[in-house]
Formats: sequence, C-alpha cells, structure tokens
Amino acid sequence: MSLAKPAMRGLLGKRLRFHLPIAFALSLVAAAAFKYGVTEPRKQAYADFYKQYDTTKEFNNMRDAGVFESVRPTGE
Amino acid sequence: MDNRARGYNITLQLHKDLHILTILTAFLMLATRALSLVGKRAISTSICVRGGHGVAKVDDYALPAYFDRRENPLPDVQFVTELSAVQKSLKEKEKGSWATLSNEEKIALYRISFKQSFAEMNEGTKEWKSVIAGMFFFIGMTGLVVLWQRKFVYGPVPPTFESEWKEKEVQRMLDMRINPVEGFSAKWDYENKEWKK
Repeated sequence: MSLAKPAMRGLLGKRLRFHLPIAFALSLVAAAAFKYGVTEPRKQAYADFYKQYDTTKEFNNMRDAGVFESVRPTGE
Repeated sequence: MDNRARGYNITLQLHKDLHILTILTAFLMLATRALSLVGKRAISTSICVRGGHGVAKVDDYALPAYFDRRENPLPDVQFVTELSAVQKSLKEKEKGSWATLSNEEKIALYRISFKQSFAEMNEGTKEWKSVIAGMFFFIGMTGLVVLWQRKFVYGPVPPTFESEWKEKEVQRMLDMRINPVEGFSAKWDYENKEWKK
C-alpha cells in the first residue's frame, strides 16, 4: 500500500520546457500561415489589378455615370 | 544587619517563588498534554474558570471545527469525536506497530480521522447543467422582451431601408468603383452588367 513519492520540485521548469517550444512553434506557424495565406495573395491581387488598369477609361466611365462634382458627364 | 537580613529574606522569597513558578508551569504543561490525549473539546470546558464566576459556556462555533478542504489537508480535529468500542480498541492497536494493521483497519482509522478522501471532496457536481439551463432561459426571456420592444416601443425605420433606395445606393457604389480590387465592385461584371458568377 505504499505509493511512489510524487515530484515535489521543478514542476514549473518541467512545464515550461514542455510548453514553450510548442508555443513558439505554433506562433511561427500562425504567422507564416497568415503571411502566405492572406498578405501575399492580397499583394498579388493588387499587382494584377493595376497591371491591367486603364486610368482614362475608368475615369470616363465614372464621369458618365455622374458620380463626380467637378466634371459633368460628356455631352451635358 | 537588619537590611542585610531583609535583603537575604527577599532573595530567599524570590528564589522560592521561582521554584514554585517552574513547578507550576511544568505541571500545567503536563496537564494540558494529558488532557489533549483524552479529547480536545474537554480542555475548554474544564479549565475555563473565569475569575471565580464558574465555567463559561463555549458555543460549538467557537471550537475548532472539522472541514474537508483541499488547501487545508489536516483539519484541527478528527472527524469522529465519540469513538465506539470497536474504534477505541482500533485506536489502541494503532499505538503499536503499524505493520500489524490490516488494510481494512487502516481504512477504518482513516475514516475516523477524515470524512471524505481527497478524491471524494474534489469530484465535480452536476451544477453546470442548472447554470446552462438558467442561461438559456434568461436569454429566451430577453429575446421576448426585445421583440416586444421592437413592436411597441421603437418608431418606424428610416426611408433609406426601402428596396428602391437600396437599389439606387448599390448602383451608385458600383459607379464610384467602391473596393474594385478585392471587395464590392470587384464582384460586379461591368461588361455584362451583372454580378460575377
């Protein structure tokens, strides 16, 4: 009926040695996932959009729709 | 001669007092030790002679109490105060070698000193079910109150919520090219004048 003496010391150290590497690894994974899942696609989307962007054409379209106050649509 | 005799008498008296004091304290210590073996509750009622007025009544709540707490593992008193004959004989046996005690006797001795084991005192209750039930009930009640409020307290909603207004609003947003890269206008097909599939 005699049990083994439980660990009395080093409990916090043991916990930290176990959990800290895991915490660091998971944080790095989260950062990498966000970078390559969100920010890189977003940068690429903006780059692609402005590669094919014709400023004059878009301006004229917006002007004809009547959203500007400085210029009226063509033909008024 | 008188002074010296007087001084001698005083020191003799002090010496005797000191002897008496030490003997008295030793006796008191022995007495309390003996009494604590008999039963802790006996001390307060038997020694409490206050200034010649008799024994002061001591209420239960003023005496050391037993309670099962994880942070106080060894309470001030043992759980069973009046031992039966079997328990008394067991306590006598405990004074000898513990190797002679069987496992049942060890458990019986534990149950004399303690009411619940740590496993028993730490086990959870079913209280969380009542808590969740109460939460849902009060959220439901709040929902009913909000519905009543919407019908009987608040006035009508502004005209900007009507469908015609909303259609004009969406058209103006598309004309202004709101969020054309990844957001609102990016989902509209300007060539075919419809939402992108």
